[in-house]
Amino acid sequence: MSVMGTRVVRIEDHKLITSGGSYVDDLREPELTGAVHAMFVRSPIAHARIGSIDVSAAREAPGVVGVFTADDLDIAFAPGPTGEPWLARDRVRYVGEPVALVLTEHPYQLADVAELVDIDYDPLDAVIDLDDALSGRTLLFDGTDSNVAGGKAKPFDEKLFDDCEVVVTRTITNQRVAPAPLEVRGAACAWGEDGRLTMWLSTQNAQIARDILAGGLGVDPGTVRVIAPDVGGGFGAKIGADPEAVVLGWASRRVGRPVRWFETRSENLTAMTHGRGQRHTVTIGGRRDGTVLAYRLEVVQDAGAYPRAGAGMLPGFTRLMAPGVYRIPRVEVATRSVLTNTTPIAAYRGAGRPEATAAIERAMDLFAAEIGMDPAEVRRINFIRPEEFPYTTPSGASYDTGEYAKALDAVLSAGGYAELRAEQARRREAGDVVVLGLGIAAYVEITAGDGMGESGRVDVNPDGTVTAYTGSSPHGQGLHTSLAMLLSDQFGVPMDKITIRHGDTDEVPKAVGTFASRSLQLGGSVLKQAGDQVIERAKEIAANLLEASPDDVELNVDQGAWQVRGAPSGGTVTWAQVAAAAGEDGLSADVWYGDVQPTFPFGAHLAVVEVDTLTGKAVLRRIIAVDDAGPVVNPVTFQGQRHGGLAQGVAQALLEEMSYDADGNPTTATLADYPFITATELPDFELVDMATPTTRNPLGVKGIGEAATIGSTPAVQNAVVDALAHLGVRHIEMPATPQRVWQAINDAREGR
Amino acid sequence: MKVTIEVNGRSTVEEVEDRTLLVHYLRDTLGLTATNVGCDTTSCGACTVLLDGESVKSCTVLAAQADGHRVTTVEGLTGEGGELHPVQRAFSNQHGLQCGFCTPGMIMASVSILAENPKPTRQEVREALEGNLCRCTGYHNIVSAVMEASGQEVDG
Repeated sequence: MSVMGTRVVRIEDHKLITSGGSYVDDLREPELTGAVHAMFVRSPIAHARIGSIDVSAAREAPGVVGVFTADDLDIAFAPGPTGEPWLARDRVRYVGEPVALVLTEHPYQLADVAELVDIDYDPLDAVIDLDDALSGRTLLFDGTDSNVAGGKAKPFDEKLFDDCEVVVTRTITNQRVAPAPLEVRGAACAWGEDGRLTMWLSTQNAQIARDILAGGLGVDPGTVRVIAPDVGGGFGAKIGADPEAVVLGWASRRVGRPVRWFETRSENLTAMTHGRGQRHTVTIGGRRDGTVLAYRLEVVQDAGAYPRAGAGMLPGFTRLMAPGVYRIPRVEVATRSVLTNTTPIAAYRGAGRPEATAAIERAMDLFAAEIGMDPAEVRRINFIRPEEFPYTTPSGASYDTGEYAKALDAVLSAGGYAELRAEQARRREAGDVVVLGLGIAAYVEITAGDGMGESGRVDVNPDGTVTAYTGSSPHGQGLHTSLAMLLSDQFGVPMDKITIRHGDTDEVPKAVGTFASRSLQLGGSVLKQAGDQVIERAKEIAANLLEASPDDVELNVDQGAWQVRGAPSGGTVTWAQVAAAAGEDGLSADVWYGDVQPTFPFGAHLAVVEVDTLTGKAVLRRIIAVDDAGPVVNPVTFQGQRHGGLAQGVAQALLEEMSYDADGNPTTATLADYPFITATELPDFELVDMATPTTRNPLGVKGIGEAATIGSTPAVQNAVVDALAHLGVRHIEMPATPQRVWQAINDAREGR
Repeated sequence: MKVTIEVNGRSTVEEVEDRTLLVHYLRDTLGLTATNVGCDTTSCGACTVLLDGESVKSCTVLAAQADGHRVTTVEGLTGEGGELHPVQRAFSNQHGLQCGFCTPGMIMASVSILAENPKPTRQEVREALEGNLCRCTGYHNIVSAVMEASGQEVDG
């Protein structure tokens, strides 16, 4: 019987619950014996010229092995006017930017020594506000004439809304948030006697990290080995390698000792990239019968101090996915990315797609409110219909498959939408202090949208066990279990005889890794193809052993053995026998999956909130979700991904914001200040299942890593607004904190 | 200074710097690396261990304060024959962990919760776990794991 689609407890768990994972700070590898400890001295000022740096006192402190600044580095950094230095040289551009590196014998000496590095800063005007940044009054980089790092303000079509009976426009902030994986960033590295650098790095992509390190250090990629040990969460912020990793590799070479680095949480919250950070101006127009005719989205992306993914990739995905699940005849999108004196922005669970969804889903509610129609009905009227797929949007996305109305109806039915509306009306009529709000979001997103390929290799060992090498690099998703299930199903080999390896560039030299919800659809598909090739070859060997024609032998997956077709009693040969007979090269296939076609998961979320109109406190009571990513390999981890996504999406709607004061000082730089969502702020999740396959990969699957994050944020935000709609409230910015909500109630009551 | 601390049933005697935190004593002095450090403000609970049977955040306890006391980490939960503690088993059964980084602390906090309140409701579990952060699971399955370990219906 096939194991596919059945609940399988993860093979990853045993170690994690007994002796704990092997995260980078846990490693006791012999190569790291005698390692020195590293800490970066970071800028406490958002924007300043560096006058002088005096390291003399630091260099003489007890336990110091080295203190280095940009002047010591003999490696080139990214060229171009906005290139990001490894260590700041003349100027700092955000609080948290690395300026110096301290190495000590004992980790407790690090903070003592870092304090002794005397840096003279000459403050410049900090550029924090987006309009201030766009004005170009203060430029972040000499030799540029603007802070705009990408995109432009398009001249819009003045006639876009001419035939619309109703047009609504609003400017909305999709605030900056911190990815905040529980494990902060860390690395450990050592140069071997063979002249090679080995770096253990908390990364989602060992191979990309290797190439970044080799490029930064000016060495051949073959000289660098990167190993991703257990990684304590990434959420997009551990893609590749950050500049710190290059400096650590350099420093290890310089002092001739292994180096270990594990940042503090406060460093993590200021110096690991942030996510989101967009300002949207939405304009939506249509007819009073609910038909939307035109939609315009103007995006200003806060890129932070240096152009990383925030400069192009994030707003690019926002542009692509702007129209969401709707057949809107006319869509215009313009995006600009602008540099500010804040932490650089890059990928965070969804990376540009949550922002697109938040904008269109808020816009649909604004439109519905304006014409006085139920938001569910407005959505139904405008959904792309199942028979219209594949569907190419005006923004250029080619959606594969979708059942958008079915997804919405499923959550409304499961949630009891009509009864909830009745309860809402009852409370309003009775003048209850605690009011009820219902929020809907329908969404579609793009997964594996990067267009890059993935590698996979399958070996059948002489003892009949299977070892697979995947280019994917899971860090909590349970992919080892999912991939072992796929191979077990394909080969008829029990899961405990299957080993999945990943994350070591010497074992898997060519790969992309994990992000963009790509791993099962690409990493899984390529292993399936490698498995098919192995089976094809095994068939010939088995035929030989069975003295039959290859056309007459088959793999009996129930028994994990080869037999003559239709003659199961005629003898079998095992995988071990086939592998043993495979000759010197063994029984193996190594495949590169290059024909990557993105897939488009979709769903609908219904959020139920209660808002206390006296205090402004909004509490999420229920969230009911359809997240359709095609056929499910393991419902256990599939649901786990949805749960995690829901929590992070809710967090953005209600709680989390990485904020700065006007001078660019981060005001949420510790976990005591940053309102990281806890168990008490979330309800039990109500999941409704749907599985619409795609035709765009051999497994028929889409990605589930980010989907639920994308739907939940606007569902919850819409629910908070809906709770107060009877007071005339039309919009509340995220996060919907008690103060903001109370202010909105007060403004509405005073007619503002 | 010299400290004598019983860790997972075994007496340990070590010379440590005065300012050594209990979590670093466990990780660096004894090599028990399951207990993790996730923040610097006693907010995340990744370092939760039992001190004389009660949960504490070991990043905010000096090794000196544990001198003469008993400490239990997740490494000490598993039985002699390798059999899992009911809370460990429930975390795996219910998929109460993903990346695993918060898990040792989360498991120890859960053991402590059940010692104080053997039959909690789901809401009581949520409130009791407020000091333990997880970024992966959304907490739903962690709550389910504690319910399973308590011998109750998971859906409560």
